[in-house]
Amino acid sequence: MKLTLKIWRQKNAKETGKIVEYPIDNVSPDMSFLEMLDVLNEGLINKGDDPVAFDHDCREGICGMCSLFINGEAHGPDRGVTTCQLHMRMFKDGDTIFIEPFRAKAFPVIKDLVVDRSSFDRIQHAGGFISVNTSGNTIDANTIPINKHDADRSFDAATCIGCGACVATCKNSSAMLFVSAKVSQFALLPQGKVEAADRVLNMVNQMDAEGFGNCTNTGACEVECPKGISLENIARMNREYLVASIK
Amino acid sequence: MAKSAILKSSLAKKYWMALTGLFLCLFLAGHLAGNLQLIFGNALQFNQYALFMTTNPAVKLLSYVTYISILFHAIDGILLTVQNQRARPIKYAKENASANSAWASRNMAVLGTLILVFIVTHMVNFWAKMHFDANMPLQTIMIDTGGGKQELYLTTDGDYLPKVRVEQKLVTIKNRTEFYDTGADVKIKDGYKDLHKITFAFFQDAKYGLIATIAYVIAMFVLAFHLLHGFASAFQSLGANNPKYNGLIRSFGKGFAIIVPLLFAIIPVYIHFFAK
Repeated sequence: MKLTLKIWRQKNAKETGKIVEYPIDNVSPDMSFLEMLDVLNEGLINKGDDPVAFDHDCREGICGMCSLFINGEAHGPDRGVTTCQLHMRMFKDGDTIFIEPFRAKAFPVIKDLVVDRSSFDRIQHAGGFISVNTSGNTIDANTIPINKHDADRSFDAATCIGCGACVATCKNSSAMLFVSAKVSQFALLPQGKVEAADRVLNMVNQMDAEGFGNCTNTGACEVECPKGISLENIARMNREYLVASIK
Repeated sequence: MAKSAILKSSLAKKYWMALTGLFLCLFLAGHLAGNLQLIFGNALQFNQYALFMTTNPAVKLLSYVTYISILFHAIDGILLTVQNQRARPIKYAKENASANSAWASRNMAVLGTLILVFIVTHMVNFWAKMHFDANMPLQTIMIDTGGGKQELYLTTDGDYLPKVRVEQKLVTIKNRTEFYDTGADVKIKDGYKDLHKITFAFFQDAKYGLIATIAYVIAMFVLAFHLLHGFASAFQSLGANNPKYNGLIRSFGKGFAIIVPLLFAIIPVYIHFFAK
């Protein structure tokens, strides 16, 4: 496959970037998108150019490290996958592919396609946990009976890998799908209910403080989420927050 | 203890948007029922209804809630839009938004602004005339009295008052709707403001009637798209998302978004093209 890549290049966080065009040849349809970028970078390094910086880690679709806004969609045109699991067979020979970083005020660009997603970490630190005494006499979690339906929904919410595709996709750069998944995964379980009210208030406060936008229910995040996190979680967060606010 | 921000936080803005939006949906349904009398009722019925809507204390209270809701919905919407724009200072070079969301859902601010423009012009054309216009006509009726046709004022007690008596200065009109005995300076009867006549004249005007009708129909298209996203979205914002009922809420929302603006739009079309 022969492709034309239009990639956002930005030297560092302070300088303004721009789209640079790179032609690339001999791309196999069986390559993953990141492997295609590896090939591009190999060529750039051999020429003595600065390789394109992009985030990646496990390359198995579970770590949430890879990002990229490809041809106008987070993690590209495929559904239910991260960029490392996106294959070049999704594209046609001769295609032009735009590759941009995830864009949001709360996700500042560090270099090229790498963005700083530590705002998600700070939201997690604000309440995305349960306070358990681990000093040696921890009670086995399985001793508390949990309704199967709730356990399943909690698990579904917990599959969020925190990649930030929801923010990148949302026209408002809203982080509500992420935050609501983290709120829900605990709110549905008895261990999480204890701190549920404080958790939702603190996490939403932190989300607002980070400069994410507001949800307008377009539903784009749910469609682009590599883990299929449901909008039901946002509704649950809305309920949790409302109840916690008037308590 | 965590602090709640029921007025300021991102979620609070959603609640207010949803609550005012749903209240305005109720208002739309009520307003439509009233307007349909322009097709299915007579002039007296419509003017009686208009009088009731402008004088009944409970309705007055509701109308204030409506004004506040419109203002709040608009201001909240502007705040949300400004914040959301700021949340992404550098835009994407290429976006494929149609792959993951509906057009109406992405353009609520534009649709809302157009609706606000419509509401303002609509209120200038009808509401302001009904409330403040000193030249608002009173409803009259032509009756054959044997000795030729005579024009009579309809009064709120179901009686008639010959127009000639006003012309002969035996009766004076005060406070726009009150008939006074000129000699004794005593109030004798009340008349009806003829909103029906104003409305028909507006859409049947030789010069601007067609433009007004077309503009009204376009405004209803805009309203339909706004509701198409807004109705179901309000439920999601308030936390009502349950797979058991989502289908029902979405279907009802779609039906509401299509039927209500359609019925509203039929009224000026009927008045301009078909009514006498």
